[in-house]
Amino acid sequence: MLKFPIYLDYSATTPVDPRVAARMIPWLTEHFGNPASRSHAYGWEAEAAVEEAREQVARLVNADPKEIVWTSGATESNNLAIKGAAHFYSGKGKHIITVRTEHKAVLDTFRELEREGFEATYLDPQENGLVDLDAFRAALRPDTVLVSIMFVNNEIGVIQPIAEIGEICREKGIVFHVDAAQATGKVEIDLDRLKVDLMSFSAHKTYGPKGIGALYVRRKPRIRLEAQMHGGGHERGLRSGTLATHQIVGMGEAFRIAREEMGAENERIRMLRDRLMKGLTDIEATYVNGDMEARVPHNLNISFAYVEGESLIMAIKEVAVSSGSACTSASLEPSYVLRALGRDDELAHSSIRFSIGRFTTEEEVDFTIDLLHRKIGKLRELSPLWEMVKEGVDLSTVQWAHH
Amino acid sequence: MAYSDKLLDHYENPRNVGSFGKEDDGVGTGMVGAPACGDVMKLQIKVGPDGVIEDAKFKTYGCGSAIASSSLVTEWVKGKTLDQALEIKNTAIAEELALPPVKIHCSILAEDAIKAAVEDYRKKQGTQVAPAADAA
Repeated sequence: MLKFPIYLDYSATTPVDPRVAARMIPWLTEHFGNPASRSHAYGWEAEAAVEEAREQVARLVNADPKEIVWTSGATESNNLAIKGAAHFYSGKGKHIITVRTEHKAVLDTFRELEREGFEATYLDPQENGLVDLDAFRAALRPDTVLVSIMFVNNEIGVIQPIAEIGEICREKGIVFHVDAAQATGKVEIDLDRLKVDLMSFSAHKTYGPKGIGALYVRRKPRIRLEAQMHGGGHERGLRSGTLATHQIVGMGEAFRIAREEMGAENERIRMLRDRLMKGLTDIEATYVNGDMEARVPHNLNISFAYVEGESLIMAIKEVAVSSGSACTSASLEPSYVLRALGRDDELAHSSIRFSIGRFTTEEEVDFTIDLLHRKIGKLRELSPLWEMVKEGVDLSTVQWAHH
Repeated sequence: MAYSDKLLDHYENPRNVGSFGKEDDGVGTGMVGAPACGDVMKLQIKVGPDGVIEDAKFKTYGCGSAIASSSLVTEWVKGKTLDQALEIKNTAIAEELALPPVKIHCSILAEDAIKAAVEDYRKKQGTQVAPAADAA
């Protein structure tokens, strides 16, 4: 039995795995102690639970638990990493580098640093969404102190060459931050091998609860940060605030499951994605956005030409998907990520991000394929652009009456 | 975004979708908007010898509000003279469909489409009528 709307927006958020929810509940009611309470058993057991979760998070990414700092989510982790490192190392230089297709939590933090007097370079990705390593090298300056590049893009699912970029940064002594919110449980992350100094994590993209995340802060070589949240000196002074035991336990359990099941899960998801892609690219004039090789199997971002994005979303209300990223789909602007790839505007207007996850079924994929075939057909019947193309008109030669 | 029932009805069951031959006598075609802006409307009117709009058809690339606005005006222009059709204001379209503020531009585009279709019709008639007037 299909449950509507079919959820294909796992990149926006995921449901909490029932196993995770079950683990969290006792920490809300029975074991409610403050992990910072040193004087009684309530505090001790909460602290033990927090440390066990810290170990689970560290194990997924092959890090030392001491390198994991709890935060409220990837946005906070990105803020702490970028502002914290930029401020701490500003004596060495004030140039910072990122990419145009980063999440707003990184881009907007960069804008804030620019207002404070830092100089930022925003790299253009290649047409396939990947960072060009030569362009990256060329952007480095003697006063570059920080580079921030995401592991997996939230809109198009491409995997950036993190290992290569890390080597370059380490060689030049530049702090390298990676937003891995979309990567955990999807790609193997080995921080023992990767030359990454700071890495942001989120629980709710990986079947954990919302409101909890973590920042990896490398110890060898040691990376220093200026705290952004001051108070009781929790998390070795890097992030004050009472630890949310139940959330932390949830994130730990979610990351444990991710570590144990990601191999089989990704294989299943890849099969579903291939099925969906085959079914949808059957439709005339469709284009997949982003590289198909360096890409997580969970994401399929497709542009349907000559059909406008919002009307398409309205037409396919039986499936929950997003047009562009969840943060921008309420606006009238086409996706800045697709624009950065050099896609022209009418393509950007009609892109849909399908993201597949743990609970997606073959039946749901088949329903989606059939629905899209019917609705794209209907909207193209309505589209004057489609009519012109079918008559052989080259739309780029048309003089449009701008309003 | 929450849309009105009327808007959703026009979006889901658009009226008068299609095209007339652009070159046909008595047909005026208005195409407004641009793909880069996210909406393109094509409105066509078929005008009878008595100067009354007998039929109208549209095709629209755009959001749900743009599709509904153009569907609505095809109904409204039918049976009107050209001057009466030109009196249809975007505010009336916006009100009828209860367009949210960010979608007001869709109603403006629909009004522009009517103007463009009427203008195209009049231009066509003008070029055909003028030589006859000269002969007289």
